[in-house]
Amino acid sequence: MQQNDYTYAVARIRFKETKLLSDADLDALLSAKDTDAVMRLLHDKGWGDGTSHTSDELFSMEEEKLWSFVSECIDDLSVLDFLRVPNDYHNLKVAIKCITRDIEPNGLFLSDSVSDAEAVYEAIKNRDYNALPEYLRDAAKEAMTTLLQTSDGQLCDIIVDKACMEHVYRLGKESENDIIRLYCELFVASADIKIAVRCAKTKKKIGFIRRAMASCDSLDIDKLSSAAAEGYDAILSYLASTDYRSAIDAINTSMSAFEKWCDDDMTAVLKPQKWEPFGIGPIVAYIIARQNEIKAVRMILAGKVSDISENTIKERLRSMYV
Amino acid sequence: MSEILNNSGLFLALLGAAFATFMAGIGSAIGVGKAGVAAAGVLSEQPDLFGKVLIFQLLPATQGIYGLLVGFLILSNVGLLGGVEEVSLLKGSLYFAASLPIAFAGFYSAIHQSKCSVAGIGTVVKKPDQMGKALILPAMVETYAILALLISILAVNGINGIQV
Repeated sequence: MQQNDYTYAVARIRFKETKLLSDADLDALLSAKDTDAVMRLLHDKGWGDGTSHTSDELFSMEEEKLWSFVSECIDDLSVLDFLRVPNDYHNLKVAIKCITRDIEPNGLFLSDSVSDAEAVYEAIKNRDYNALPEYLRDAAKEAMTTLLQTSDGQLCDIIVDKACMEHVYRLGKESENDIIRLYCELFVASADIKIAVRCAKTKKKIGFIRRAMASCDSLDIDKLSSAAAEGYDAILSYLASTDYRSAIDAINTSMSAFEKWCDDDMTAVLKPQKWEPFGIGPIVAYIIARQNEIKAVRMILAGKVSDISENTIKERLRSMYV
Repeated sequence: MSEILNNSGLFLALLGAAFATFMAGIGSAIGVGKAGVAAAGVLSEQPDLFGKVLIFQLLPATQGIYGLLVGFLILSNVGLLGGVEEVSLLKGSLYFAASLPIAFAGFYSAIHQSKCSVAGIGTVVKKPDQMGKALILPAMVETYAILALLISILAVNGINGIQV
C-alpha cells in the first residue's frame, strides 16, 4: 500500500468542500445591494474571523487560513511547491524594483511563498545572491543587472517570469501526479499564449518574444513566437492547430476572457477529484478551487465598488468547483 | 526421523492456525488503521459524525475475527487446546491448506474494504443522509471474506472427520 496516500487530508477536505461557495452562493453575493451586504453574507459563510475588516484584509485572511489548513493536513508542503513558487518570483520582482527605486516594499510581498520574502529582500539589498535560494539566484542576478543597466522594468519582469514558468514546469515534470503535471502544463502554455497575444498587439520583435516564452509540450514556442511576430491572426491560426483551439473565441474577446477560459478548463479537469478518496489530487483541487473562489469574490466586490452591472460581473466569474 | 515426521503434522496444523490468524489479522489491522485515519480527519472537522464513521472504521475488522475463528477451530481439532492428539503429516498439511482461503481472502479483502470505507466516510461527510447506501458498498467486499471463511470452516470440519 502506498505510504503517503493523504487519507487524513482528503477526509478533512471532504468536509471543507461542503463549505465552498457554490454557483447559487455567488448569485446571492451578486444580488446583494452593496459591498456591506456582500461582506455580511461572506461572514455568514464563515469568511474572516468575525471582526470587521476591509476586503483586502479579508482576502489575505482567507489565503492564510487556506495555507494554514493545508499545512495542518500535510507534513511535507514541498509537494505543493508548484502552487507556491510563483509567489517567490513575485516577491523577487517586488524586492528588485523596490531596491532600485529606493522604496519600502510595505504590503507588497505575497505570503505563502516557499522562501521568506524578507530574507529575499535583504539578500537582494546586500547583493548577496548566494544567500538566496538556489532556484532564485540566477534569475535575481540577471534581472537586477538588466534593470540597473537598462532601466527596463519590462525586461526585468520577463526574466523573472520566464524563470518562474520554467521552475513550475520543471516541478510538473518531476511530479508523478497527473493533475499536477496538467496544471503546470496549462500554467506555462496559458502564460505563453498571453505573452504571444500581448507581444503581437504591441508589435514586439521576435527576439524579445522568444526570450519571454518558456517551453512546454502542448505548444511549439518557435512557431508561436514566429506567429506572434507576424501578427495577431497568425497566432490564432497557429492555435487552431493545437489543443487550445477551443480558447480562440475567448482570446478574441479579451485577455480576461482567456484567463477565465484557462481557469474553467482547469476546474473541469479537477472536478472528478471530488470523488477521489486518496492522493494529492483532491488537495490540489481544493486549493485551486478555494483560490478561484477568493478570485470570484474579489471580482464581485470590485464590481460592486465600481458599480458594474450584475450581468457583466457574472460573465467574468469562473465556474465553481462544487 | 520418524519422530520428526510424526510431529511435522502437528507443526503444519499449528502453522495453518497461525497463518489464518495473522494474515487476516494483519489485513484487518491495516484496514482499520486506514479507515481510522480518515475517520480522525473527519472528526477534526465534524465531531458529531463519530457514531457514523466508527461503523465504517469497524467494517474491515471482521476479517481478523474470521481468521481467529478458523485458527481456533484448527487448534481445537488437533487437540492443542487440551488433550493433544497425534496428527499425521498429511492431516497437518490438510489443515494448513484449509487455512489458506481465509488467510489470503481475509488479508486482501480487509485492505480493499478499508479503501471502500474511506470513500464511504467521504460520502457521509458530504451527505449524512446517504449513510445506508454508503455502508452497503464496503459491505459488498465482506462477501468474499465470508465465502473464504465458509470454505475454511467446511474444510477444517471435513478434515477432522477423515482418517489419514
